[in-house]
Amino acid sequence: MSRYSAPFAEGGPSAIDQAIAQKLLSIALERGGDYADLFFEYSASASYSYDEGILKSAGRYVTMGLGVRVRNGDATGYAYVEDFDEASMTRAARTAAQIASSGAANVQPFRAGELPARYEVPNLSMDVDGPQKRELLKRADLAARAEDSRIVKVSASLSEEIREILIATSTGNFARDRQPLIRFGVSAIAEVDGKRQRGSSGGGGRFGLEYFGFEGKTPEDHAKEAVRQAIVMLDAREAPAGEMEVVLAPGDSGILLHEAVGHGLEADFNRKKTSNYTDRIGQSVASELCTVVDDATDTGSRGSINVDDEGLIPTRATLIENGILRGYMQDQQSSEFFGVTPTGNGRRESFRSHPMPRMTNTLLLPGEDAPEDILKSVKRGVYAKKFGGGQVDISNGDFVFSLTEGYLIEDGKITAPLKGVNLIGNGPDVMGKVCMLGSDMETSDGIWTCGKDGQSVPVGVGCPTVKISAVTVGGTQVG
Amino acid sequence: MAYRDQELETLAASVVDAARKAGANIAESIARKGSHLSAKVRLGEPELVEEAGSRSLGLRVMLGQQVAVTYTSDFSEAGRARLVEDAIELAKLAEPDPFAGVPDASLLSKSEDWKVLDTYDEAMDRLEAGEAIRRAVSGESAALGADERITNSEGATFTRASGSSALVTSGGFAGSARGTYASLVVNPVADDSDGKKRSGYHWTATRHLAELENEEEVGREAAKRTLRKLGAEKIPSAEMPVVFDPDAARSIIGLIAGCVSGGAIWRKSSYLVDRVGTEVASSLVNIVDDPLLDKAPGSRAFDGEGLLSRRNVVIDGGVLKTYLLDSYSARKLNLESTASASRGSSGGVGCSTSNFVLSPGTMSPDELLADTGSGLYVTSMMGYGFNGVTGDFSRGASGFLIENGKLTKPVSEVTISLNLDDLFKRIDAIANDLNMRTATASPTFRVRAMTVAGS
Repeated sequence: MSRYSAPFAEGGPSAIDQAIAQKLLSIALERGGDYADLFFEYSASASYSYDEGILKSAGRYVTMGLGVRVRNGDATGYAYVEDFDEASMTRAARTAAQIASSGAANVQPFRAGELPARYEVPNLSMDVDGPQKRELLKRADLAARAEDSRIVKVSASLSEEIREILIATSTGNFARDRQPLIRFGVSAIAEVDGKRQRGSSGGGGRFGLEYFGFEGKTPEDHAKEAVRQAIVMLDAREAPAGEMEVVLAPGDSGILLHEAVGHGLEADFNRKKTSNYTDRIGQSVASELCTVVDDATDTGSRGSINVDDEGLIPTRATLIENGILRGYMQDQQSSEFFGVTPTGNGRRESFRSHPMPRMTNTLLLPGEDAPEDILKSVKRGVYAKKFGGGQVDISNGDFVFSLTEGYLIEDGKITAPLKGVNLIGNGPDVMGKVCMLGSDMETSDGIWTCGKDGQSVPVGVGCPTVKISAVTVGGTQVG
Repeated sequence: MAYRDQELETLAASVVDAARKAGANIAESIARKGSHLSAKVRLGEPELVEEAGSRSLGLRVMLGQQVAVTYTSDFSEAGRARLVEDAIELAKLAEPDPFAGVPDASLLSKSEDWKVLDTYDEAMDRLEAGEAIRRAVSGESAALGADERITNSEGATFTRASGSSALVTSGGFAGSARGTYASLVVNPVADDSDGKKRSGYHWTATRHLAELENEEEVGREAAKRTLRKLGAEKIPSAEMPVVFDPDAARSIIGLIAGCVSGGAIWRKSSYLVDRVGTEVASSLVNIVDDPLLDKAPGSRAFDGEGLLSRRNVVIDGGVLKTYLLDSYSARKLNLESTASASRGSSGGVGCSTSNFVLSPGTMSPDELLADTGSGLYVTSMMGYGFNGVTGDFSRGASGFLIENGKLTKPVSEVTISLNLDDLFKRIDAIANDLNMRTATASPTFRVRAMTVAGS
């Protein structure tokens, strides 16, 4: 039994059963409305930061509450409380109910249902004694310092969470899930003659501490990777500026896809006709090499979920197939609008926020080219190895990404490391310019968090080596 | 008279007492509560009305030099007991940090010294959902009605929020603060001739309801900002003067704010390490961090460790005068705290800015443009292309071409690059259009030459 368990869990001090949920939903719909749901959430998390050779600080955080939503046509009323006593929960239901003003609407009886098991974690990280976690951080710190004498600062961090949710909807869904998450990171600063560079490495997912036993995932592996990057970047030169061929490394480069096309395929933007992909189902929106899926089923991946935050079970949704737009990522509301099956992409940051269509693990599926052939085909271009982050303007697909590690490609070979590289372009445009696709599919090691309307959710990304025939590279060297 | 929230102070004091009894030699607790109402409308109809209250308790303890923080939204007796137990358990796990500590008791501020900053508007909590919807509808319809090329809307959102907090420390400090905030943002969408959609926005935000810009003016300005993006194109790569409008300028000022933070300095993760007393910007540049401005978003009478807030001149005539320090980074760097500590809801303490502002010049923005002749005018930037360790800066930008001293063709999908150290040294004009709707704020300014990468 975990030390961390929601008060609303079965047997908990404020246990919520189906009868209580039915009653609250009836109150939420007592003034009418098309739909109501209850979202109970308990989150216990902790963070440990190792800095300058000591575990300098540790923290533990508990938040919990109930969010009540009532939908009346396109209008949504939302309220939340942080207590699970009857008076507080009733107050939240009545506040959300204000959005409607007709006769009471019906609540359907709950259906029985089983959830899949995409992240069974026998030993939650949260329940493991602190000294074991301190040891993991210390190993990373020691390994980074031992790796290279030019390393002047090392920091390592571990964060862990268990999120327990209970969703009940007026359409008959009733689901409970426990979602574990860990994230480990190492950062190293190298210094030579007053010149400094930072390197970092991180990973995690819906695992316990068994993550550190996976191949290439030990604290030492992450430490060495952070050091390697910091040292390489010490020699980085100014990046070229202008339009050129770009090759994306497999795995984390999927973040480009996430930003460049993923957001535009979230159904809410298309329902409101504010996306670049509005009304384009069945049309060609990418090179025919491209097949893009959103896959919540990948075991242990950071973006995987057994159930979405509206009580629906997500699977693997095909968004683009051989370049043709097949569908959007749906939440309950948008699926009603489009008259399609919900894809289970309704997610929210916490009980304090309403759900929206969000990505889980968004993947560009592999092609048939050998990665070395892709590099060989480039006369002069940029190899994008590590991405820092990116942003997109949903309304037209314009994006910007910054690289934390990038190289010049000259005559088919990776040569000098580059600093301050940005890739800037337009999502649909770039997807049309994908001209080679590697067979070397990789998925990201759980580090990505996606933001939308101020709400953050953990996601996964993935892709093989990708060649794009022309992207604007923002560097400082013109010509 | 300084504001005191007796209920929150009593609660925080009870947590401090419990932590001391449990063995902490230092305990500090912050209690917060707040409420908000927000109404989003789209195409004239309410889309989301949200109303809620929230609260939290944060605790930081030290066992000798071992530090831990905890946070909970569970105010029950069991929840508070857990907050304290967890903090003690984690502090035992942490390792002694020779620099851990709190400010000397003699430096803690007293309520009679706190400046009254007028950050709270009693009228705020009385504004109800119907009025919030009305204001949002009014802003959006002004945008939709402004021009037939405005064809759609991402909506308009009116939000009001109020909150109060109390900090109590075992070193003898107790104090409270409260504030209110209201904002309206309008986000219209226009169809461009190439099939692209162009989204733009404008917003207003103040601590006092009566001082918000008129909704219709916000809507019309949002429409204007959206329409002027129509037809945006890349431009050829070149080096040219770049003028930042106040929104884009504020984001540049925010970058240097991160690089003068004491935490970034002792971690050596700032390009401004060892640069106090040296030239870090052109002689036109004066940057002040001032927590004592009336009604400003970042104002506070005391800092997150209880020190009396003070105005810090960070850059004076281009010379870096000081970093912004809490007591921890001050000890690390063998300096004095600048009363720049902030305490997060989770109880942790770090350095932060208050109202961090580039001082305005005397030219109007139009005069500055006329003086520029030709160049790029940047209204928004995208991406995260900044490396604080080296100062390397490269971000996506959109805005307008400046030709013959006037804004002409809209520009998008370009990147602008220059090391921040050079960028600040190349600032050769600053306008007089400072607006304090954000805590980090800047007037329009010009950088003599930057690399613009386009087609």
